[in-house]
Parts: sequence; C-alpha cells; structure tokens
Amino acid sequence: MALTHEQSVEAYRLMKLIRRFEEKCAEHYSAGDIGGFLHLYIGQEAIAAAAKYALRADDNVITAYRDHGVALAKGLEPKRVLAEMFGKATGVCGGKGGSMHLADKAKRFWGGWAIVGGHLPLASGLALADQYSGSDRITLCLLGDGSTNIGYFHESLNLSGVWDLPIIWAVENNQYGMGTAVARASAVEDLTQKAAAYGMPTATCDGMDVIKVMDTLVTAGEHVRAGKGPYFLVIDTYRYRGHSMGDPERYRTPEEVEKEKLNDPVERWAKHLIDQKIAAEEEIEAMNKEADATVAAAVEFAQTSPFPAPEELYTHVTA
Amino acid sequence: MSLPNAETVTKTYREAISDALWEEMERDEKIFIMGEEVGVWGGTYAVTRGFYDHFGEKRVRDTPIAEQAIVGAATGAAMNGLRPVAEIMTINFAFLALDALVNHAAKAHYMFNGQFTVPMVVRTTTGGGRQLGATHSHSPEHLFATFPGLTVAVPSTPADAKGMLKTALRGDNPVLFVEHSTLYQTRGEVPVADYTIPMGKADIKRAGTDVTLVSYSKMAQVSMDAAKLLEADGISAEVVDLRCLRPLDTSLVIESFKKTNHCVVVEEAWALYGVGAEISARIQEEAFDWMDAPVKRVSTADVPLPYSRDLEQSALPDAAKVVKAVKEVLGK
Repeated sequence: MALTHEQSVEAYRLMKLIRRFEEKCAEHYSAGDIGGFLHLYIGQEAIAAAAKYALRADDNVITAYRDHGVALAKGLEPKRVLAEMFGKATGVCGGKGGSMHLADKAKRFWGGWAIVGGHLPLASGLALADQYSGSDRITLCLLGDGSTNIGYFHESLNLSGVWDLPIIWAVENNQYGMGTAVARASAVEDLTQKAAAYGMPTATCDGMDVIKVMDTLVTAGEHVRAGKGPYFLVIDTYRYRGHSMGDPERYRTPEEVEKEKLNDPVERWAKHLIDQKIAAEEEIEAMNKEADATVAAAVEFAQTSPFPAPEELYTHVTA
Repeated sequence: MSLPNAETVTKTYREAISDALWEEMERDEKIFIMGEEVGVWGGTYAVTRGFYDHFGEKRVRDTPIAEQAIVGAATGAAMNGLRPVAEIMTINFAFLALDALVNHAAKAHYMFNGQFTVPMVVRTTTGGGRQLGATHSHSPEHLFATFPGLTVAVPSTPADAKGMLKTALRGDNPVLFVEHSTLYQTRGEVPVADYTIPMGKADIKRAGTDVTLVSYSKMAQVSMDAAKLLEADGISAEVVDLRCLRPLDTSLVIESFKKTNHCVVVEEAWALYGVGAEISARIQEEAFDWMDAPVKRVSTADVPLPYSRDLEQSALPDAAKVVKAVKEVLGK
C-alpha cells in the first residue's frame, strides 16, 4: 500500500508539527512552564505519522509516557495538548494528567500511561471489548523496548495470543530503556523472539522511514482485522533527545547521536518528497512555517488559559 | 436493608453472591467474568459453578494464572464499554496485581479528567484460619482502601453480599469486592425480590447500650458472637458493621459511640496502620467529649500467620478476645 501524494504531504506536515511541537516543549520546560517529567518524541515521528495512515480513525491507540507525538497524530489539538502540559484547565485532561497522561476518548486515543508496561494489559482489554462486541476495530499498542523485559509484557502478550485479540503490539525500539541499551537489558537483542513464544506473527522494520512503517503496519492490521489474532512489530528508531529532560546521557556519545541524525526521519521524508517531485521546496518551507505558526498559537493558548479552579481538586475521583 | 419487611429465603453467603452474579448477567449482556478457574472448574470456591455451561465461554472466561493481565485487561475492557467481573482467586494474589488495581483502575477516571470510567468488579477472597500458611492467609483489604478511586466492599452476611454486589455490578466505579473464605458456608435471610445495598453505608447488626463493637467482614460475625457472650454477663453491645472500607461511613459509629461512650474495634488484620487506627482517630476527632475510655483494638497478632492449627488460631481475633477487650474498656 502506498501513500497517495496528498497523504505523503500530510505525513510531512504532521511530522514537522510534532518536531516543532517537541522542540517548543523543551524550551518551555526549561522556562518552567511545564513541570514534572517530559519525554520528547524527537526522532520517532515517522512511527506516529505512519500509524495515522495505516489505521482507521476509529481504531484504538494506546501508548506509554512518550505520548505527545502519538496524541497529535491521533488528532488531538496541539493547543490543548500543550495546555495540558502547562497544567491548564483547557488541557485535554483539564490539567490533571500532564505530559505523560494525555488522552481523548472521543478520538479513541486511550492514553498516555506512565508505568512501564502498565498499559499493555489495558490494550488487551480494549481489544477484548471490541472483539466481545463484534466490532472490527483494532487496537494499536505502542510500547518501548524497555517494557519487553517486564512481567506485564509477557502476561499481556500471552493473553492476547490465547484469546486471539485484535491487537498490533508495536515496539518503538529507540535502542535504550532510559539509559540502558537493549543488549544490556534484554537477553535477546532481536525482540521479536520474545513474541514468538506467544504464538503470533512478527516483523521488524525501519522506523525512520514513513513508508516502511506504514507498509508494516498495514500488513499487520489486515491480519489483525481479519480476526487472525495479534501481531507483533519491532520498529527500529532512535530518540535524539535524552530519555527525559535532564538526562545526562552518559550512556551514549555525541558522535553516536550525530551519526543517527543523518537518518533523521523528518529530513529524510522532506528529501523524498522533493526528489519524487511530490512537493516543491517552497511547499516544504511553507509547511515548516505553518508548523511554527501552529505551535506559536498553541503556546499563546496555553499561556493565556486559566489554571483549573480549586474545586477541580475533588472532581472525578469517582464516577 | 432496603426491604425490611420483604419476603426472604435462607441462603448461604456463597449462594447469595452466586445469585447476584447470575441475575445481573441475565440482565446485562455487558457483564462477563474472567479469572483463574472461573469457568470449567466452576470457581475455586464454587461461586461460579454452572455459569460456564449456562453463559458460555465468551462470558465466563478462564484465564492464565496472570493477575496483572487479569486486572489490567478487565480495566481496559471496562474503559471500552464492558462490565467485567475479574476474579482474583485470593487477595494474597492481588499483590501481584497491585499496580493494575491502584495505579490504573483506580486512577483512570481522575487522571484523564473523567473521560474514562472503569465499571469493573474485582472479586476476591480474604482471611486466615485455614492453615494455609503465611503467604495465603492475609487480610489486607484496608491497604487497598487507602487509594482514592477504588471502592472496597467487605460484606459479612449473605444479604449484604448480594445487595452490595448488585450495586457494584450496576455502578460505574472499580470495586474490590472482598469475600471472606470462611463465610461461604454461613447462612442468612436474603430478600426474594430484587434489591441493592449502597456502597459506603454502615449497618447496625445488633443494637446495644454499653459498648460499640466496630468491625467488618468475618469479624462482624465474631463481634456478634461476642455480643451474645457479653449479654450473658449483663453487658449490652452494639455491633456496627462497616460493610465498606471505602467509602467509609463512620456516621453510625459516631452516633453509637455517643450513646455507649465505649468502643472496641475488631479487625482481622495487623493493628499497625489499620481500620482500628482509623476508627480510633475518627472517634477522638468527632466524639472526644463522649469518650469514657480509650478505644481498644482486637487485631491479628503482629506476626506472619503460622501453619500449625492452634498456633494460627491463637493469632486471630475471636469472640473470647473481644469479650476480654470489652471488659477492659468498661473496667469490669
């Protein structure tokens, strides 16, 4: 399956938006506007963008705490996502969730979960509910390479295999679980071997290439939507920033990061569009400016929005 | 009870819980059961015997022995429109699912500003006294009750168990429904007609004037036994059954204490940071001027429970210990 020209251009628009959004988040974290932990998606944009075109809009997406890019790809408004990080009442979760807990039920973006591996059984449950109800929706569960070492991973994959749940398990392998390289934390470096034990097909792809990620997700999605059970993907990627803000990055060299940057998925895609004459350089430049403007408007919105009213402290503790 | 004069039938605690599940599953297709040995086996405490044959494998789902996945998947299914009943065979295994329960199920509603609801019931059994050794004899339901967002039900009678389980199954919040493993055979009167009992409403199980016994789950029955012994000694004990640890209703406790001016809390758990500590605090906060004596606690001995029968029994609260504590409180 190929992206149409229009989708190809839109994929760039989205990736550039995520990139600029994340860069701006870093600035506002340093400025003290954003508190808590901040995990940036810079370097991994192609995965969220590909997912947008590989899945149906009503499919479920759930992810861990590196969730801004995924949220934007799922259609959450940049200004409301940023307002959430600023702790504002206009944020997607009213300022109660923060960077790691973004969600929009109406768009079937189920979060934003901050305990490593904790969202995996939730994904099993989301998929179970659709299977139970006879829906042909599928669930995309994005997870980090680090979570493949935790008990949740094995229990959740096993359950999905036993019950043939409609899930794509997609590892965004950015090579490090916090500061520990995959080879130092996982007994097998090929993470697909871990899923093979649970009776599902697996595939690996280059996560810096939108088309390759999309093709892989489409193949997996067709299998899953046909009721053939779960599918496991390892999408190789690289984060250019630290695990979170304030990461001293003692576990890798600046040279390694610079080398990986030669493979930047956003730049690579811009070059592809120009080389294939899908978009002219002027159009790329226009989209870059548009991303800047969208993010600037989001900052303006977040800065001028009110904080939650004091009484919000006690709302939604129970339903 | 919502129907005090209604026609009743005698049921065991087990039957009452089973009936609540069965009736609600007949009423609502979205309710399904998942857990270890709930289906073909019929439940390790036989609560779901016959369910698999009647409702089928879609709605009565045997799971792997994987508590994190059971509670986590039930949470996800609840967020996405179903009403799961997840069974954790015993509360001792709920420690394995603690993160799924308190970090995810209990917080999903608040953290995402009300977008998600988790209408899930986690049924489990608690209690010692069956020579199962230290790992299988905990009564830690109060630990779970410290987390906002999670309802913790601890019924002591068949009627309460049925009415509260129905409320849990019809509500929109995650509920840890804690059944006592040595109460399953106990009998009581249960209304024949459909009824519910709200969460967070304590109940006077026996009226009295001299001392207030506060307890829950099996210890409410132990308190009733103690009250009978005390009556023979001319002491009138009022038994307040909390029925639910979160929300916690202390209004009846305070009301009763203002009448009796004496209180003993009976809990099948270690005293440290427990329900007795909480109730004592509430009494001194809200009824200090009515205190004629310090509140006493009858709790489990501060040790891991041993296997050997008499040694284990000596660690657990019983009616004789409650009687002794009451007499100390009353200065008799």
